[in-house]
Amino acid sequence: MRNPILRLLLGRLASGVLTLLIVSLVIFAITSLLPGDAAQQILGQFATPEQVAALRTQLGLDQPALLRYFNWLIGLVSGDLGQSVSNALPVSTLMAGRLPNSLILAGVTTAVSVPIALALGIISAMRRGGAIDRVLNVFTLSMVAVPEFLVATIAVLIFAVHLGWLPALSYVSSVENIGDFMRIYAMPVLTLCCVLIAQMARMTRAALIDQLDSPYIEMAQLKGVGPLRRVLRHALPNSLGPIANAVALSLSYLLGGVIIVETIFNYPGIASLMVDAVANRDLALVQACAMLFCSAYLVLVIAADLCAILSNPRLRT
Amino acid sequence: MLGEPIEVQDLLVTAVNSAGEEVEIVKRIGFSLAAGEVLALIGESGSGKTTIALSLLGYARRGCRISGGSVRLGATEVLKLPAKELRDLRGHRVAYIAQSAAASFNPAKTLMEQVIEAALIHKVMSREEAEAKAVGLFRELALPDPDSIGARYPHQVSGGQLQRLMAAMALITDPALVILDEPTTALDVTTQIEVLRAFKRVVRERGTTAIYVSHDLAVVAQMADRVLVLNGGEIQEQGEIDQILEHPAHPYTRSLLEAARPDQKLSPPPTTPGAELLRIDDLQVGYGARDADGVPAKVVLDHIQLNLARGRALGVIGESGSGKSTLARAVAGLIGPSRGAVQFDRRELTPTLKGRTPDQFRRIQMVFQSADNALNPSHSIERILTRPLDTYFELDGRERKRRVAELMDLVKLPQALLKRRPGELSGGQKQRVNLARALAAKPDLLLCDEVTSALDTVVGAAILELLVELRRELGVSYLFISHDISTVRALCDEVMVLFQGRCVEQGPCREVIQNPQHSYTQRLIGSVPELRRGWLESRPSFTDSLEALA
Repeated sequence: MRNPILRLLLGRLASGVLTLLIVSLVIFAITSLLPGDAAQQILGQFATPEQVAALRTQLGLDQPALLRYFNWLIGLVSGDLGQSVSNALPVSTLMAGRLPNSLILAGVTTAVSVPIALALGIISAMRRGGAIDRVLNVFTLSMVAVPEFLVATIAVLIFAVHLGWLPALSYVSSVENIGDFMRIYAMPVLTLCCVLIAQMARMTRAALIDQLDSPYIEMAQLKGVGPLRRVLRHALPNSLGPIANAVALSLSYLLGGVIIVETIFNYPGIASLMVDAVANRDLALVQACAMLFCSAYLVLVIAADLCAILSNPRLRT
Repeated sequence: MLGEPIEVQDLLVTAVNSAGEEVEIVKRIGFSLAAGEVLALIGESGSGKTTIALSLLGYARRGCRISGGSVRLGATEVLKLPAKELRDLRGHRVAYIAQSAAASFNPAKTLMEQVIEAALIHKVMSREEAEAKAVGLFRELALPDPDSIGARYPHQVSGGQLQRLMAAMALITDPALVILDEPTTALDVTTQIEVLRAFKRVVRERGTTAIYVSHDLAVVAQMADRVLVLNGGEIQEQGEIDQILEHPAHPYTRSLLEAARPDQKLSPPPTTPGAELLRIDDLQVGYGARDADGVPAKVVLDHIQLNLARGRALGVIGESGSGKSTLARAVAGLIGPSRGAVQFDRRELTPTLKGRTPDQFRRIQMVFQSADNALNPSHSIERILTRPLDTYFELDGRERKRRVAELMDLVKLPQALLKRRPGELSGGQKQRVNLARALAAKPDLLLCDEVTSALDTVVGAAILELLVELRRELGVSYLFISHDISTVRALCDEVMVLFQGRCVEQGPCREVIQNPQHSYTQRLIGSVPELRRGWLESRPSFTDSLEALA
């Protein structure tokens, strides 16, 4: 039984690596197409063409694109992400400073949102068409529809400005105890959870209802199996695949897609690092960030696939 | 637990239709059954037989409601039980065996877990006792590897085995009442006979009261003591099985009995074989990667040889997985053979659709089993019939209208249906449109793939009658694929018996059916239930497995 799973996993990993390779090519091509270049950006508008050319040579920007790509790729594989031009620091140092913050935010949000989303999805699937389901439906729909900058702004207005309970900005470095931690993370996590919970709860509900309509659930009911056991023991194992995929898709958003939340709360995460890098034409940093987001996404999707395979005896054996 | 008597009075089940009105789908049904007796509910789809069966468990499907009446099992009034006690009743005192075992088993759980679940949640016995009892039942139901089959998952056993496992699941708590809802309809006949035998033995030995829901009178004749004939949610007739079979009082019962014997009424029209139309030489079809010799990984059909003359009909008969549909698909060009040739009207056909001439497309038409899937639900009948006319012929508006009207006449449908969509038609009407669509191309060869299988017996018999008539009137040839011997006998001149992808017997239809030579053909024909009591007992039990015949 272990062998086919292992083979499948290796296959997925191999295709993941291939995807990353293609992605790296695309990222490199797109960043090369960006208007303006780092030399111009660093020296400012009033630099002479000679100065710009000299800096270009120094930065290696005058080499052919293909050569630059391979140099970059080799560096990437050997762990050298290059030098950030605008900060004059290694890219890895910059990212190392931000990544833990992003991971903590993502981790806390995941820990809060996934259980709530699953519970809401299960409850509304069990009470399909009932009052609870309809209320939850309206709630999740409006959460999906409301843009997160609005949620964040309203949260700041209420909790920071009017009530004064929470700080409007997240000074991560000032965390000293668990109370600080809660106060600083409350609003960013709340904002992110709003959208994520709504998405995941809706997908969970849909996946479960799909199973609850199947004849084997009716059979279980006719065997005298109670509603909770029907959902948790019979339907849930069969909907794990789609649910895991929905969760993976939502969570992949937590690394790269949280720029608005990071900006509003001035949270030092990796998404804002990338946006700054784009503004500064700091290509090495942009490329490294993009590769990181893609890798995280691929890892999550592979994990979801693995979940789906392990929960399905047809695929497992 | 021994069987208990059941009494149903004035049972009324309502459903909400698309217009939001509440309509009665079971109209004040009443019957009573003594302990240990078997009652058959018989009727066509929509007759309410499954709805009645489910309400005996106090259960109604989504959109339906048990609105009145009483169901009394022993001393218990089932319809008045609160939810908790109803759960205690289900799977304990009343057990249900569903039509499709494949869909009724949870794909993610082992068979043993599901078989003993009812015993565990009703706290009838411990897990060890339940497992031991399940193994005993597996053995009694003649399942292979009774000691270890429980560790498998549903997809790892066959359909016939699943159906028997479901019987074990129902009997694990020794219920007082067992409801069998078309338990053998999805099975091949050779499997059905063994499953019927197993069901009958375990039900009789335990003295369990049973309700047997079926559309098949011949099967019911083997299983039931009493019969209740339903149509449109109303009782047409009820009585002892012998009385219903020998002296049916109600015209509806008589029409059911007549439809159950189509071959006695219909026969293929006399034709003289014309020139050769279809010729297949040493055909091999398969799926998957081909090896060095060009043989596919999974060979579905091999060494197929056939010859069909203009105006004749060849029946291809076999069980699920025998490759009969693949044969039609290969002729139609939907799947390319790995070896062999198909000649149509003395000209070689290209293996796939690519390279066939428009005229060849026109002359070979396919009629699929399910009209629901073959007809575009958002097109009107007129548009469905006009489409092939526009593809194959250049007709002006008036001619086209005339031709569409002609086609409707041909399949005996009123012109008024032209503006409707398939969803507004009955199953039989849809199948007629499906036929008319194929006939619109004026084909020489119709590939019919189980065209009557999804229909009720009475409706199916009418379609069969139409097919016979079309043969007579149009002189069109059929490659008629079916699992049902009686329909082949009613329509075809010749028959080919497929077994595991090989042709085991071929010849004139009557000869092969009356005097089958190959042991598989004998078994296939001998397994078709006959409309008389005691047939099941009179059949020898086949101890050798089907695989041994290959």
